[in-house]
Amino acid sequence: MAQAAAVAKPPAPPRRRRASATPRRLPYLLIAPAALLMLGFIAYPVLSVFYYSLQNYNPTKPWRNGFAGLDNFTRAFAHDPQFWDTLTFSAKWVVVEVALQLLFGLALALIVNQTFVGRAVGRALVFSPWAVSGVLTSAIWVLLYNSQTGISRYLADAGLGSYGTSWLSDTSTVFPAAVVADLWRGVPFFAILILADLQSVSKDLYEAAEVDGASRLKQFWHITLPHLKDAIVLSTLLRAVWEFNNVDLLYTLTGGGPAGETTTLPLYIANTSVDAHNFGYASALTTVAFVILLFCSIVYLRLSKFGGESR
Amino acid sequence: MITEIAPAPERVAAEPARPGGKRRAWDEVPRWQIYVPLTVYLLFTLIPFYWILLFALRPAGSTSLVPWPMTFEHFEKVWTERSFGTYFTNSVYVGLATLVLTTVVALAGGYALARFDFRLKRGFMLALLCSQFVPGALLLVPLFQIFANLRMINSLGSVVIAETVFQLPLSMILISGFIRNVPYSLEEAAWVDGCNRLTGFRIVVLPLLRPGLIAVGSFAFVHAWNHFLFALMFLSDQGKQTIPVGLNTLMSADSVDLGALAAGGIIAAVPVVIVFAFIQKWLITGFSAGAVKG
Repeated sequence: MAQAAAVAKPPAPPRRRRASATPRRLPYLLIAPAALLMLGFIAYPVLSVFYYSLQNYNPTKPWRNGFAGLDNFTRAFAHDPQFWDTLTFSAKWVVVEVALQLLFGLALALIVNQTFVGRAVGRALVFSPWAVSGVLTSAIWVLLYNSQTGISRYLADAGLGSYGTSWLSDTSTVFPAAVVADLWRGVPFFAILILADLQSVSKDLYEAAEVDGASRLKQFWHITLPHLKDAIVLSTLLRAVWEFNNVDLLYTLTGGGPAGETTTLPLYIANTSVDAHNFGYASALTTVAFVILLFCSIVYLRLSKFGGESR
Repeated sequence: MITEIAPAPERVAAEPARPGGKRRAWDEVPRWQIYVPLTVYLLFTLIPFYWILLFALRPAGSTSLVPWPMTFEHFEKVWTERSFGTYFTNSVYVGLATLVLTTVVALAGGYALARFDFRLKRGFMLALLCSQFVPGALLLVPLFQIFANLRMINSLGSVVIAETVFQLPLSMILISGFIRNVPYSLEEAAWVDGCNRLTGFRIVVLPLLRPGLIAVGSFAFVHAWNHFLFALMFLSDQGKQTIPVGLNTLMSADSVDLGALAAGGIIAAVPVVIVFAFIQKWLITGFSAGAVKG
C-alpha cells in the first residue's frame, strides 16, 4: 500500500520546496500537536489573565468578585508603592545581571575558543554551572554565604572579621551577593551561545586581516564583534526576558527579603496570587509585566537593528 | 554519517591547531593570557561545587576544609528520612516524560516548518517567538485552574505538560534548523528509490538528526529536572514532589540542616551534570546550527 503511494508521489522529482506531491493537510497535521498544546496551555491562560485583570477575583472573598474595570490598574499605578519598588528592583536586577553576564560570557567564550591543552575538560568544567538549577544555585550559595559556615567565617578566622556577616540578611550586601550567585550560573549560558557563533567565523577573514597587518584588537573589533552581533542581540534579549521572569533563584535564595529588598515584580505577583489569593490584582500586575516585556523587546530589536544587514 | 552534519564547525575551529598548518592571529595569543583568566574563572566555578561537596561529605559540626574523615550519613538521611528517594523517582519520571513528549512533538512540528510552505506558517512562527515573552511563572493561576478542571492537580502529568509546553517553542525552532541542514535532495532521492515520506524521513533524515535531537532532548530533560515552580504549585502531596521542591523544603526548614541540604543538592546535581558532560559538545554545535542561524 505504502509502496503504491510512494510511487505515485514523485512523478517528476520536485526540486522546489512546494512539493506538490504531498497532501496539503500534512504540514497542518504535523504542527497540530504543538499548536494545540500551545493554544491550550499558553494562549488560553494568557487571555484569561487579561480577562481576570479586569475582575475582582479572590476565592477567599467571593462576595466581592465581579467586574472591576480598571480598578486593579489604578491601584497598581497610583496606590501601591510596593509595585513601583518591585518594578525598579526588577529593572536594576535585569540590567546589572545581563550586562555582567554578557561581558564575562563574551570573555569566557573568546578564551575557550582558543586551542590549548585540556580545552575539552576546561570547557566542560566552566560550563557546568549552566546545568544547575536556580534552587540548587541558591542552596550552594546559602552554604557559602552563611555567617557560621560560609566564607565569611573563614575570613573572620583569618582576622578579617569585619566581613563576617551573613551576607544574605544584610540590606547592604544582599544585592551583590545575589548578583554573584546568579552570575555563577548565567555566564556559561552566554558563553555557550557566543561560542557557538564564534566557531562559524571564517578564518580566511583573520588571515586576510593578518596580511594587512591588523592588530588583534582591531581584528576583534572589525571581524569578530560584527560577526557576533546577531548572536549577542538574541542571547541578550532571551536572557533579559528570562532574568526578568525567573523566580526560582531569588525565591529560594532571599525569599524577596530582607524587608522586600530583593522582590522582583514576578515574585511580587506570585506572592499576591498564591499567598494573598488576590488573583484579580495579580492578573493586572501580570498584564503590566507582559506589556513592559513586549515593549522593551520591540524597542530593543529596533534599536539593535537585529538581522539588519544579513537578512 | 552523523559527523557530516553537526560537528563540522568544531572541526573548522580545531584546524588551525595542526602543526605546520597556516597560523592565524588568534593562535599567537600568549599562553598566559589564556591560562591565567581561565584559572581564575575555574576557581569561581569550582569553589561553590567544592563547598557543597565538603558539607555533604564531612561529619556534622566539622569545620575542616577537607572532607576527611568522610561520611555518607547525610546522604542516607536525605534519601530515606527526607524522602529524596521518592523525589528522585518523580523527577526522573518528569524529566524523561518531558524529554520524550517535547522531542516527538517538536520533531513533527519542526519538520513541517523546515520542509513546507503553508498558509499559517508565518503566523505560527510569530506565535513561537511571542511565546518566549510569556512568563511561565505568571501563568500559574490560570494553569492551575486548567489542571484543576482536567482533574490533573496532584498528578505528575500536569507538570510534564507544563514543562513540555514551555520547552516546545525553542525545541521546534532548533529542530527545524537541524532539518534545514539536511539536503532536501537526500529525501527526494529516497522517494525515487521507492520510499514514502515517512520511511524516507526515518531512513535518511533521522540518523543525521541524532546529535541535534540529543541536544534538544537533554535540554528538555535538564529544564524539567531543574524547574521548581510548576511542581511546587501543581503537586500538593509530599509523595508527588520533585527534587527542587525537596531542596527548597530543606532550605526553608526552621533549623536548616546544612549537611542534609548539601547532600540533597548533590543528588539534584548528579544526573544533570552527567547529562551535560555528555552533550556539551553537541549543545554548542547544536546552537550554532539551529538557533542562531535559524
